[in-house]
Amino acid sequence: MNRSEAMRLLRVRDLRMAIHGDGPPVRAVDGVSFDIAAGETFALVGESGCGKSMTALSIMRLLPEAAAISGGMVELQGENLLALPEAAMRDVRGRRVAMIFQEPGLSLNPVMTVGEQIAESVRRHTALTGAAVDARVLELLESVRMPDAQRRVTEYPFQLSGGMKQRVMIAIALACDPELLIADEPTTALDVTVQAQVLDLLRELQRERGMAMLLITHDLGVVAQMAQRVAVMYAGQIVETAPVAHFFASPAHPYSQKLFAALPERAAGGRPLAAIPGAVPPLSLEFSGCRFAERCEHKLAHCADVLPEWHGAGEQQMVRCHLYGSDQRPPRGLPSGRGVMGDQHKTEPEAGLGSSPVNHQSSLLEVEELEVFFPIRKGLLQRTAGHVRAVDGVSFSIAPGRTLGLVGESGCGKTTVGKGLLRLLQPTAGRVSLAGEDFLALGAEALRQKRREVQIIFQDPYASLNPRIRIGDALEEGMLALGVGGDAAGRQARIDALLGEVGLAPGVRSRYPHEFSGGQRQRIAIARALSVEPKLIVCDEPTSALDVSVQAQILNLLKRLQKEKGLAYLFISHNMAVIEHMADEVAVMYLGRIVERGAVQDVLRDPRHPYTKSLLAAVPVADPQAQRPVLRLSGDLPSPVNPPAGCHFHPRCPVAEAACAQAYPEERALTAQHHVRCHLAR
Amino acid sequence: MPPLPFRIEVLWSDGLVWLLVIAVVAYAVYARRHPHLRAPWSRVARSASAMAAATVLCCFVLVGLLDSLHYRPLLPPQGGKPVYATEVRSVLDLVLTPLRAQREKTYSAPFATELYAKETIKRADGVETREFPRLRHGGKHLESPADSAADIALRAFRGVVAALLAWFAFALLLSAALARQQGGGIEAAWRSLWSGLTPLPWRAVLATLGVLAVIAGPVVALAPYYHVLGTDKVGQDVLYQSLKSIRTGLVIGTLATLVTLPFALVLGVMAGYFKGWVDDVIQYVYTTLSSIPGVLLIAAAVLMMQVYIENHADLFPSTEIRADVRLLALCVILGLTSWTGLCRLLRGEALKLRELEYIQAARAFGVSHWRIMMRHITPNLMHIVMIALVMDFSGLVLAEAVLSYVGVGVDPSMISFGTMINSARLEMAREPMVWWSLASAFFFMLLLVLAANLFADAVRDAFDPRVAMAGGRA
Repeated sequence: MNRSEAMRLLRVRDLRMAIHGDGPPVRAVDGVSFDIAAGETFALVGESGCGKSMTALSIMRLLPEAAAISGGMVELQGENLLALPEAAMRDVRGRRVAMIFQEPGLSLNPVMTVGEQIAESVRRHTALTGAAVDARVLELLESVRMPDAQRRVTEYPFQLSGGMKQRVMIAIALACDPELLIADEPTTALDVTVQAQVLDLLRELQRERGMAMLLITHDLGVVAQMAQRVAVMYAGQIVETAPVAHFFASPAHPYSQKLFAALPERAAGGRPLAAIPGAVPPLSLEFSGCRFAERCEHKLAHCADVLPEWHGAGEQQMVRCHLYGSDQRPPRGLPSGRGVMGDQHKTEPEAGLGSSPVNHQSSLLEVEELEVFFPIRKGLLQRTAGHVRAVDGVSFSIAPGRTLGLVGESGCGKTTVGKGLLRLLQPTAGRVSLAGEDFLALGAEALRQKRREVQIIFQDPYASLNPRIRIGDALEEGMLALGVGGDAAGRQARIDALLGEVGLAPGVRSRYPHEFSGGQRQRIAIARALSVEPKLIVCDEPTSALDVSVQAQILNLLKRLQKEKGLAYLFISHNMAVIEHMADEVAVMYLGRIVERGAVQDVLRDPRHPYTKSLLAAVPVADPQAQRPVLRLSGDLPSPVNPPAGCHFHPRCPVAEAACAQAYPEERALTAQHHVRCHLAR
Repeated sequence: MPPLPFRIEVLWSDGLVWLLVIAVVAYAVYARRHPHLRAPWSRVARSASAMAAATVLCCFVLVGLLDSLHYRPLLPPQGGKPVYATEVRSVLDLVLTPLRAQREKTYSAPFATELYAKETIKRADGVETREFPRLRHGGKHLESPADSAADIALRAFRGVVAALLAWFAFALLLSAALARQQGGGIEAAWRSLWSGLTPLPWRAVLATLGVLAVIAGPVVALAPYYHVLGTDKVGQDVLYQSLKSIRTGLVIGTLATLVTLPFALVLGVMAGYFKGWVDDVIQYVYTTLSSIPGVLLIAAAVLMMQVYIENHADLFPSTEIRADVRLLALCVILGLTSWTGLCRLLRGEALKLRELEYIQAARAFGVSHWRIMMRHITPNLMHIVMIALVMDFSGLVLAEAVLSYVGVGVDPSMISFGTMINSARLEMAREPMVWWSLASAFFFMLLLVLAANLFADAVRDAFDPRVAMAGGRA
């Protein structure tokens, strides 16, 4: 790569930014330097709260009121952006540097049509007027491959899906052919199949226009697919920069290595993931040494006291770590890579757990033809005009001590399955038998007694604990309601034991939830579910709001508890790698129905339903060399109010035939354990 | 044993006011122990404008509380048994005895020594003249009315000096207390106090107190000798009336909101939590109720209450008790007509909360609906309730004035801002104009409502979850 001075589009030197609040200033960006060449994609990777977004906002000078840039330099083609007056800066924004954000729904004005919003940006930054603007708007919408662009011009944001909204945002960003596009987690809020579409689009646009891109993400898979160079951020600093190929072949900084090791697809079989202990230090601290020292395995004596300098760690690879200044180099390279898509070797599951065939006789939970419909009421008399078929005839079973993974995109009804079988939502029809007893037929009192058998863990660790109630009281609640744990002293002893089991000190029980990090809150939520000794826990996306290193801690904890207590899990997730790591069997849902189910190796290594195949193909893999079949789904998930006739998947299916539009396919057994609902699967 | 010189009389509204005081103290103790309540309140306490407003409010509340301690004085002994007067007085009346007792014949202007209207006076020599007669009490210590200006200036000056001395002593005491708390010297505390470096904005409190002292000092010094704000049609001191009106305003503002609270909270939470037909019924009720003109409903209820009181005169032995019952009735009916707004807010919030995961988790444990509403939903709605309480207060004080003006408010014998305005309205058209009754009602009400609004703004800011989240999540 030629990286001469002339090639440099953006130069950031020693950028510092602090947020001033009640306490000491939070130095969210603390001496960040990097260059971006014209036409290059530069990725900034890191966990949440490490200052990635703040770096981008500092470059755009779009900081929140309490924040101020305290030093450094940002040069766009030799012009110092930090010294520009605000009026001149407004010309830079949008015209020379454009930005797209994570949540497309929040970035568009809901009361303006899509066309007007794009036109606004065109008029602001170009001399076009009248019909020329309309033509340009249409051209832009077509350039972002918006289906049916002519009609979309006059539509409002609520009429568009998430993926289409993000396309509109990209169209607005491209309105004036910016030299640099800053994409802040552009696909994090999107489903994996839509994410694949948007990433493809960004890559194509960049190639066509020769635009440079600063890509901010937490997902190493996205980096591997998109970027040429990468910088890893930790606690407000860049700790490693490298070309993508070198970075993925041999990450240098211990933190980068740990990030890779914590990926669930890197762990073989039932081995626990390599979690990073602890959490990112608060940025209001004064750092005297390496910021990662406390969590580092290879810590040297002076790491905590002396700020590490930049050291070369190979070709064009720079790392901020003392290990590279001394002779004591850390072991390089990746932990043994194994994963869904990484290699095709079958992983032998741990003896005693995975290999035994599912015994339906002894299953703990048996779900048959579960249906959860939500009525749509219309008119003065609120008559039922139709149904949202959220769950439309789902059957599966879980044996004691085993895990069933339920995978699907958002809106496919997987969470509704979990809530329906707990009767948090009342199922419309079907049977749920728990250890032989029909859970759905129970009366109120019997249901209350039976509730201790099944518990649930939720996605959002911030919403899953009542902010007004102490941890101890939250854990006691279930025991009190269900009469578990004996008298008050017995319950207190049990709370201490539970906290110990999930790795928290007993002292935390008199504290309030706001004092805990996301990962700790999720541990508390797990302890709460365990407090009534359930046999089955529904895990509803328990790690999707967590950073990868914390996710690894929680997944390890869940695995350990399963082994110790013989728990069964219904593990709901959209993340294929997590499912592969956790589940024994897997069921893939599409629009309220299970389209493919079977043992996890069978389904994920040899998918037979075209939807499963495209889902797997869409997952970004943290390996730039990975060769995978390109199988892109067009469009979005249809509405469950009136699903397509015949096979629900046929309008998006790349291999659909005439028969697919006629009838919904029956379930077909490929092997004793591998079932699929597709006319074409043999 | 000699009989007590007084017999304590607890009016219904007194009981409720003191219950409310106990509840506020209990809440303060509770809030101190719970960080999620302590944090927003300490944000309120750190705001200078809120503390200044609170200082003014405290003065009003002090007057109101003094006026809520009622007793009946012992009449001069007439034979064996002690007899107490039927007239009920408050401690405030006792403090303000000179103001209450010094009645003139009719209108007199502020600081006047003569009546506002000429009267025909028969002089000793039998000649009838029309002139301004001297007041019975205002300026009666003066030899000649012409000396009044100098006398007023002298007394006012003495009053200001005394007030400033008292204020200075308070400031010293405060810095001594701060010095003890922080462990430094008094001098350092004094300096940090005046440079605004104390954690709580004591400087704003002292400045407010200073302004109040400069106004109140001369008034206190002059009040026994002059009618500082003049007198009304029946010769009653307007300053006395204004001070007595404070209690009425406070009682209406607080008790009426308390009446709204159970309706708004119970119905709002139930509608939001249960949804379905419960929600439909509650929504229909409040939509219907809020479609009826409030004044109509209030007028009907107050007139009915009035008829009831007149027909059952034996139940209400004195005019004060009668007026008090009517005041309570007004609070109840004001409360009954104004819960819908808060109920709607709480329903919306409960609808949002019920889908939150901790409530789903509680339901998965089979926790009863009642317990979920009590433990999980209500505490998380309290910030809205708190904001609504303080915001509604000033609206209700103003509503009382309007209703009494229309004639459906408090009992005409009860002094309130509304009755003051009502009795003054006709005199506005008179030449020369009688302006002081209206002006003092206006000034006192403005001060009370402005202080309440400033305080409410600070409370709203402090309890706003978006502000709280910024601190909580970061």
